[in-house]
Amino acid sequence: MTAAVAESAAVPMTAKRRGAQLAMLGFAVLVVMGAYASVGLGLDGKIPAGMLTYGLGLGGLMVAAYLVLARWAPWADPLLLPLVTLVNGIGLVIIYRIEQSGRPGASSTTQLMWTALGVVMFSATLIVLKDHRALQRLTYTMGFVGIGSLVLPLLPFIGKEINGARIWIGIGDTFTIQPAEFAKLALVVFFAGYLVAKRDVLALAGRRLLFIDLPRVRDLGPVLITWGLSLAVLVLQKDLGSSLLLFGTFIVMLYIATQRTSWVLIGVLLFLGGAILAGQVFDHVTARFEVWLNPEASEFYDRELGGSYQLMQGLFGIGSGGILGTGLGEGHPYLIPLAFSDFIFAAVGEELGLTGLMALLMVYALIVERGLRTAIAARDPFSKLLAGGLSFLLAWQVFIIVGGVTGLIPLTGLVTPFMSAGGSALLANWILIALLVRMSDAARRPPPQAIQDEGLTQVFQR
Amino acid sequence: MNGTLKRASIACLLMFGLLMVNVNYLGAVKAEDYRTDSRNERAFFARYAVERGWITADDGKTTLAKTVDTGGTFRFEREYPNGRMYAHVLGFFAPESSRGIEAAAGKYLDGTHPDLMFRRAIDFVSNKPAKGASIDLTLVPAAQKVAYDALRASGKRGAVVAMNPKTGAVQVMVSLPTYDPNTLAAPNKATVATAYNKLDADDQDPLLNRSTEKTYPPGSTFKVVTAAEFLEDDPSRNPETQVAAPQVLDLPQTTVGLPNYGGAACGGGQVSLRYALERSCNTPFAKFGMELGWDKMREQAAKFGMGEQIPFTLPVAKSDIGPEEELAALAQLSIGQRNNQMTPLQMLLVAAGIANGGEVMKPYLINKIVGPDGSVLDETEAEPFTEAVSRETADKLKEMMVSVVQAGTAVAAQIPNVSVAGKTGTAEAGDAPAPHAWFIGFAPADDPEVAVCVFIEAGSAGNDATGGGTAAPLARDVMQAVLQAK
Repeated sequence: MTAAVAESAAVPMTAKRRGAQLAMLGFAVLVVMGAYASVGLGLDGKIPAGMLTYGLGLGGLMVAAYLVLARWAPWADPLLLPLVTLVNGIGLVIIYRIEQSGRPGASSTTQLMWTALGVVMFSATLIVLKDHRALQRLTYTMGFVGIGSLVLPLLPFIGKEINGARIWIGIGDTFTIQPAEFAKLALVVFFAGYLVAKRDVLALAGRRLLFIDLPRVRDLGPVLITWGLSLAVLVLQKDLGSSLLLFGTFIVMLYIATQRTSWVLIGVLLFLGGAILAGQVFDHVTARFEVWLNPEASEFYDRELGGSYQLMQGLFGIGSGGILGTGLGEGHPYLIPLAFSDFIFAAVGEELGLTGLMALLMVYALIVERGLRTAIAARDPFSKLLAGGLSFLLAWQVFIIVGGVTGLIPLTGLVTPFMSAGGSALLANWILIALLVRMSDAARRPPPQAIQDEGLTQVFQR
Repeated sequence: MNGTLKRASIACLLMFGLLMVNVNYLGAVKAEDYRTDSRNERAFFARYAVERGWITADDGKTTLAKTVDTGGTFRFEREYPNGRMYAHVLGFFAPESSRGIEAAAGKYLDGTHPDLMFRRAIDFVSNKPAKGASIDLTLVPAAQKVAYDALRASGKRGAVVAMNPKTGAVQVMVSLPTYDPNTLAAPNKATVATAYNKLDADDQDPLLNRSTEKTYPPGSTFKVVTAAEFLEDDPSRNPETQVAAPQVLDLPQTTVGLPNYGGAACGGGQVSLRYALERSCNTPFAKFGMELGWDKMREQAAKFGMGEQIPFTLPVAKSDIGPEEELAALAQLSIGQRNNQMTPLQMLLVAAGIANGGEVMKPYLINKIVGPDGSVLDETEAEPFTEAVSRETADKLKEMMVSVVQAGTAVAAQIPNVSVAGKTGTAEAGDAPAPHAWFIGFAPADDPEVAVCVFIEAGSAGNDATGGGTAAPLARDVMQAVLQAK
């Protein structure tokens, strides 16, 4: 505990920095408006007519979000909202740009509408959830909601299979949502609550093997259940990305809660076992792996289904962008399949270049960093675990999809947070940010100062 | 929990670090491979993103190839207003390849030439589409039209080339049959490939530039070269030198003799050199060749550029008199048969060299290169190619070639009030019943402004085609057109 006290001194109790936040927010909106104008200039030499509407729309939304934040979470981290606004805005611009080239499937108006709804969810979460620790009491409800959401698409009538993955529910064809996006949030809340309650048991050492304290066999239950759940997502919904996302996040949260490296090893072993198992059962899992090893081979490139055509088109885009990119509206990102969703990162690479990609990754890294900082500054274990888990979820998701699109790891379909077209993911991620904001407000709020100026007294933090 | 949280943070940092390293690897190291990958359609778009320079003739007054801003995905498209007439000179700008001037001056036209780098940098910074330099050709449009129309009217296959013998500037270059380069310039790989394959499979070979890319036996036009060496060999010889002209020349080691054209007699068996050339008798020239020997014949041929690569704006097939064989072969070679294979451009250089007092100028097509801002980047200057014969020999040859047009086989090439020099050729084309018809010449003989070579391919002008009857009138029209355009 003394270590925790010493560390707490390193976390500064900063001011609200509301002015700075507003300035950064304005800057983010200006950058997005500039990018929007740039698309129009690049495409046909004119500033697009809708720029003001869009810019003011986005600006208005963000001012509303800012006001809610200032009223209901005044001590919150000042960087989170501007950073997310920037990424969300750039995503809107890229989708607008792809839409202008006449590709079906991309609609910036729909995405702007979802953004608005996302901000509403963000505000609602902040207003309704005055204290995030209320979630701790909902641990098992959240677990049930999470698993239920995962199962929903499998039900007849409301479940839909689109592009080979059964992860959608919808009424008719017009309104579809991906409950898995919300399930991720619910499950992270569940993991946090569950692990806080059980972490002492799970940390108990069993047998010692080489240098590692293995957990007791009877404590393997939760890991095996999560593993089974992830495999079920993979098998029944053919959703590689979500499966990997879920399992990875759980293992990391387990590690954070128990401080046992052995859990990470067990997790990696289980993952490998699951991957080998899946590879034997499903051709498409093996195919993804082969394609990853040698995407340039024409054998894979020309393959009708599950080949490397998409990946290579994305890489061609990034390669053609080079260091500075072609400039917005000046490249041909619409040649990349799904440039408005899974491959939006490659589209950014083509038009904004290596420079743009680095900036974008830096913004994501900063969001994650602010989240992790919140976790470290948080005062109770549930908040620490929840903030850490949500931040890792975000980082892990960026890693899986960006790593996949850039050929670092085998490609699995996931949305790029805040950028890809798609309502469910956007809403869920805005709620995720609201939760981080709520927790950072709690963490940064100055503790009640009962005793003043008594040098030896320290506020106890854990 | 803070310890493990910090370790988890380091894991996140590592993940972002890996992504960043990988993105840098893609954007800086692998980018070039991806950019140039044949499966990357962007290279194809980039071809049409440049405002390609125009190709003109006659100091920019006639447009041969222009660039049209469509504003579409393929922004700048290429158009050839008079494509068929100039096809073999201009070539084409296809999605994946180019030919002719489009290929030869490609770096100027698309602005990637180092001379244009500064200009390109300005365009890049000011975000304007890159603009290439324009190429002005030496062609004389009026004469090109006359040559094209005259050759096409009769449905003949062949080539007409003309140049200024004093400078080497090519004035006319026509090859038939031709094709429409516009069909190959469409920004659509599939349609262009279909159009190209169709042209390529055509057994009339429309894609072939007959004036430079293929060699043919030159027939009697080669007698000018044999005569040149005969005169050079002994400076005392002149047009009036008496030479033996039997009806049939006995060839060593064979039972067949070499007759004159149609087996006719040539004078009284003993004629002047001038007469032998006027009548295009075979036997005297075949005899000269055998007497002079392989080495001297080869040397003289080389002085006209034969057996060497002719430096030219467009690709040129190598002309050659063939490998050394028995003496009988040398006799046939000396009258332009056997393995003697010449491009029409090469035979044009023979005429031009004699017209220019023995000095062959380097042929060229590009008059000047004009930058996008209108400044002249480069202007071709006349350069000598080879010294074919002495001035004296050139004068003697010129005198005889004038006689050929005045009183010999090429009377059809006469132009009123202009003295024309020339030589006809009617060459057996392998086993084909019909011969190739040739004419080389220049005008005005005393101060040559134009040298011309007309070649009519075997079988396209009937079995009784001759250089004098088929090629000479065409040459006359072309020379007249060039002289009038001055």
